[in-house]
Amino acid sequence: MTGGVLVVGASQAGVQLGASLREHGYDGPVTLVGAEPQPPYQRPPLSKAYLGGAADSASLELRDQAFYANRRIDLLPAERVTHIGRGTALTDQGRVLDFDHLALTVGARARRLTVPGSDLTGVCYLRDLADAALLRRHLTRARHVVVVGGGFIGLEVAAVARSDGRSVTVVEAAPRLMARAVAPTVSEFYRHAHARRGTEVLLGAQLTRIDGEHGRVAGVSLADGTRLPADLVVAGVGVVPRTELAEQLGLACDGGIVVDEFARTSDPSIVAAGDCTVMPNPVTGEGRVRLESMPNAIAQARVAAATLIGKARPYADVPWFWSDQYDLKLQIAGVADGYDQVVVRGEPESEAFSALYYRGGELLAVNAVNRTADYLVVRKALASRTPLPADRAAHADVPLKDLLVATPAP
Amino acid sequence: MPTVTFVSIDGSRHTADARVGESVMAAAVRNGVPGIIGECGGNASCATCHVYVGEDFMPLVGPPGDLEDDMLDLAVSDRRPTSRLSCQISVTDALNGLAVETPKEQP
Ligand SMILES: Cc1cc2nc3c(=O)[nH]c(=O)nc-3n(C[C@H](O)[C@H](O)[C@H](O)COP(=O)(O)OP(=O)(O)OC[C@H]3O[C@@H](n4cnc5c(N)ncnc54)[C@H](O)[C@@H]3O)c2cc1C
Ligand code: FES
Repeated sequence: MTGGVLVVGASQAGVQLGASLREHGYDGPVTLVGAEPQPPYQRPPLSKAYLGGAADSASLELRDQAFYANRRIDLLPAERVTHIGRGTALTDQGRVLDFDHLALTVGARARRLTVPGSDLTGVCYLRDLADAALLRRHLTRARHVVVVGGGFIGLEVAAVARSDGRSVTVVEAAPRLMARAVAPTVSEFYRHAHARRGTEVLLGAQLTRIDGEHGRVAGVSLADGTRLPADLVVAGVGVVPRTELAEQLGLACDGGIVVDEFARTSDPSIVAAGDCTVMPNPVTGEGRVRLESMPNAIAQARVAAATLIGKARPYADVPWFWSDQYDLKLQIAGVADGYDQVVVRGEPESEAFSALYYRGGELLAVNAVNRTADYLVVRKALASRTPLPADRAAHADVPLKDLLVATPAP
Repeated sequence: MPTVTFVSIDGSRHTADARVGESVMAAAVRNGVPGIIGECGGNASCATCHVYVGEDFMPLVGPPGDLEDDMLDLAVSDRRPTSRLSCQISVTDALNGLAVETPKEQP
């Protein structure tokens, strides 16, 4: 390859970046290098339909082969970029790739457990298809599943395992579930919802050891002396963004590759997008957030492509996310960081309610459980900067969309 | 293999081979059909897979579910009686030859 754009990391963000370059009419070579053996695929179903057996790996494919060929996107799977210098990169296959422009879409890896016993057979993670295939095999034979970490992925895995008839215990070190993403009311709701379906949830629980027999998981021990039987341990304890290449290039990193609202790294000729980045909170423009989501990977990749071809436009999408646990559909829009008020609409006990987050009276975000309409209205309100006054939103029987028309932006 | 044809606002047609059991959105996205984005991967959370189902196929395809109905109400720009989220339409042999129109814009 000579010149053109080199995209390192062939997943949600990388594929979108390549596709967007072509939509913008970029005509030079586009090379997309990905370390994983299979063509790019969707990750969200790995902890949902795929794990539950309702989807096979072929159905996860992001695009057909013809898609890349038609757009002259040179896809190089099963190849890892190991070194990048100015204008040239080297892969583990010994290939040298020259480029005019560089985009990093290298994502994140699952954080590993470090307690004694972490290397036993039957300790699983869930980040890529290989992890998911292994976990699925273990799950079919497991009886007692311990999920370490009560975040989205841990809870989704717990829901699939429980629905499959396993005994499931979730061990979370924090005092509540999904603490980084949702309000205490929502955490509490999910604790009850999982308990109602027969999953035990232990909060403030510190894993100290994984006990083994003949090299296989046999149980786990907690700091308070509790011992739980287990033949499968699934760890969903967060991710670590891949910053090695960025560090090689001397780019600023701070819990992710630092980018601005144009997806530019500290070297403005290099862009980065997706799970590997931290960027200013798109709702408030302040601070630095890492948004680990598919919509963000896509939105940021579009921004990055526009920047590369000189049609820069700032990131303007309202972040959103979803999580499926049993028949509970959680939909999130906005970023709740720094909220000082939460308005709950509907009865959590009914398993259909929403929580709206405010700061100084200003709407920040929504968490909606089986209440798609509320999620959508808040998403619209945030996008159009329409206020939804908290006192009026508190009336759950008034459809939120009525406020959308009644209170136009000042 | 059943085929689905996507007609865009300017009249251009794209015919995609669809696998039985996958969604109409998935068939479009795999084949790179313009006008269907499918941002949430078929989770009925983004409405970027909105289509207008051809009249003659409406009885076979059927109406949207409750959640999808909310999405169509609030998230799409020009809802019509034939509006559906294509990720919620499962491809069957009976739907072979299905024609859908893609809207002027997806949200
Ligand atoms: C189980 C699971 C469930 C999820 N559920 C949801 C959900 O419901 N909703 C949602 O919005 N998001 C969900 N996510 C998050 C979503 O999948 C990620 O936000 C998204 O995949 C980020 O895309 P990305 O392209 O930035 O990074 P990644 O998907 O992490 O891809 C990065 C790619 O780069 C490759 N790579 C890294 N370094 C190199 C190198 N040096 N050379 C070559 N290739 C390299 C990696 O192998 C990888 O394939 C889920 C994630 C997981 C794991
Ligand atoms: S793909 Fe998102 S709603 Fe259909």
